[in-house]
Amino acid sequence: MKVSQLSVFLENKSGRLADVTRALADAKVNIRALSIADTIDYGILRLIVDDPTAAKAALSDAEFTLALTEVLAIEIPDVPGGLAGMIDIFAESGINIEYMYAFVGTTGKNAIVVFRVEKVDDAIAALQKKGVHILSGDELHSL
Amino acid sequence: MPIWNRTFERMERAEMRRLQCERLRNTVELVYGNVPFYRRKFEQMGLTPGDITDLGDLSRLPLTTKADIRDGYPYGMFAVPMREIVRIHSSSGVTTRPIVVGYTANDIMHWTEQVARVLSAAGVTEDDVVQIAFNYGLLTGGFGMHYGAEKLGASVIPVSSGSTERQIQIMEDFQTTALISTPSYALYMISVMDRLGVSPERLCLRVGLFGGEPMSERTRKEIESKLGIVATDNYGASAVMGPGVAGECELRSGLHVNEDHFLVEIIDPETLQVLPEGEQGELVITTLTKEGLPMLRYRTRDVTRIISEPCKCGRTTIRIEPVQKRTDDMIIVRGVNIYPSEIERLLYDIELVEPKYQIVLDRENGLDHLTLNVELSGFMASDQMQRLVGLEETIRQRVHAVIGLTPRVRLVEPKTLHGVGPSDRVVDNRESA
Repeated sequence: MKVSQLSVFLENKSGRLADVTRALADAKVNIRALSIADTIDYGILRLIVDDPTAAKAALSDAEFTLALTEVLAIEIPDVPGGLAGMIDIFAESGINIEYMYAFVGTTGKNAIVVFRVEKVDDAIAALQKKGVHILSGDELHSL
Repeated sequence: MPIWNRTFERMERAEMRRLQCERLRNTVELVYGNVPFYRRKFEQMGLTPGDITDLGDLSRLPLTTKADIRDGYPYGMFAVPMREIVRIHSSSGVTTRPIVVGYTANDIMHWTEQVARVLSAAGVTEDDVVQIAFNYGLLTGGFGMHYGAEKLGASVIPVSSGSTERQIQIMEDFQTTALISTPSYALYMISVMDRLGVSPERLCLRVGLFGGEPMSERTRKEIESKLGIVATDNYGASAVMGPGVAGECELRSGLHVNEDHFLVEIIDPETLQVLPEGEQGELVITTLTKEGLPMLRYRTRDVTRIISEPCKCGRTTIRIEPVQKRTDDMIIVRGVNIYPSEIERLLYDIELVEPKYQIVLDRENGLDHLTLNVELSGFMASDQMQRLVGLEETIRQRVHAVIGLTPRVRLVEPKTLHGVGPSDRVVDNRESA
């Protein structure tokens, strides 16, 4: 149900993002989704990769500051109101969304959105009750 | 806990002050009559020895700096003819002229007595085997400690500094119980013991007296836990004598000053004004019994504060806090005196960051700004931006609480500040701005 996401602390200076992508390429890790949150001085790069363990090892060898967190990858109908319906479920269940970003791939007619929420297990229960498909790591990686 | 010299170490405060006053007046007479530097200072200030009648007049006396002593190199500040000098020591002084210190027979006697007190306060007795790992030579540490330890009746091993492996062998074979060294040398010995596979359990060591440089609480704890000993701090300054000026008792709550021989004051290093009791500032020492090189208000450049409440050990002498920094390290931002080491210490207590930092000073529109670059450790507990923003805020608040100034905090990636040393710890861009 939960998908591992790797977060990397990056100072805002030229070449740092390239250092991350180069380290991952050298470790033969494929990036499946990414997002960047930033302030003036630094940012956090969030990555979903096909091999989180290899990615973590490669980036800690390169002495990056890392965090490993669990997120939910959810299938959303790729039609107007698709995302709105999903956000409503979270709102109704009183679950706070910390951040979210869209996944690069799709499954048939559906889009995939990555959510980081406060109460992950409550969120899973609420989504399943509504029949929402939450992708597993394997499903995600095989897309 | 034995007290070496109850007469002076437990003297009534009023009586101590009377004694100090009488000795201060003698010292003033001595330097006025015999040291041209002081005679000139007095004349410039329109002061005569008769103006000094009680301890309150101390602050009217001129201050003495290291540069003043160097100007008189080598013997210009001596107050007695050379035939009365029985010993000469000197500071290292590679790039500048060293400070040369002369001692009369009485000076050596008093020095010996004071070191014996400091050793005794730390718990050393005649049953101890004392290993002195200070350099025996021109510097004051080795011989200063040696005479005091002998007077105490301990068995003294004058091993001096260096040849660490042999030093450790001796410590083990001779069953050393007390170690005298700098704190950094003790740490180095620990690392060598580790490499040689010598377990501290094979040693008989029970107490250490560390001096010659600041000992942080972290270093003290490390020495204590790794060697399984009680680590005490002691203080000395070559210009006023050498080791033995002050030392911790076994309670380790400040260093007892040998007040019958030294008057201590705390001044603001900028304004040179005497600070109210208990405030932190530069330690200034006046010698009360020195004959060879008496000093009026010698500026040590060491930063501490005076603790005047009586100690539970029974000594009535005032104490000074362990010296952790020197005024030379001080930077001034918006009129606030800041010691980088204080910032380093507070970073030790903050999770997720390393105690590695760099201070950058800028001037924008005439106003000074302090930016603190702090290195993140390799692992974040959370990837939420608000955590990092919160971490910056925590650092800002703690720094403000300690130095009274809110810095701009910049988190930097691990190892970024790896090569930052004492010379580039502070980057001051203000002059060029």
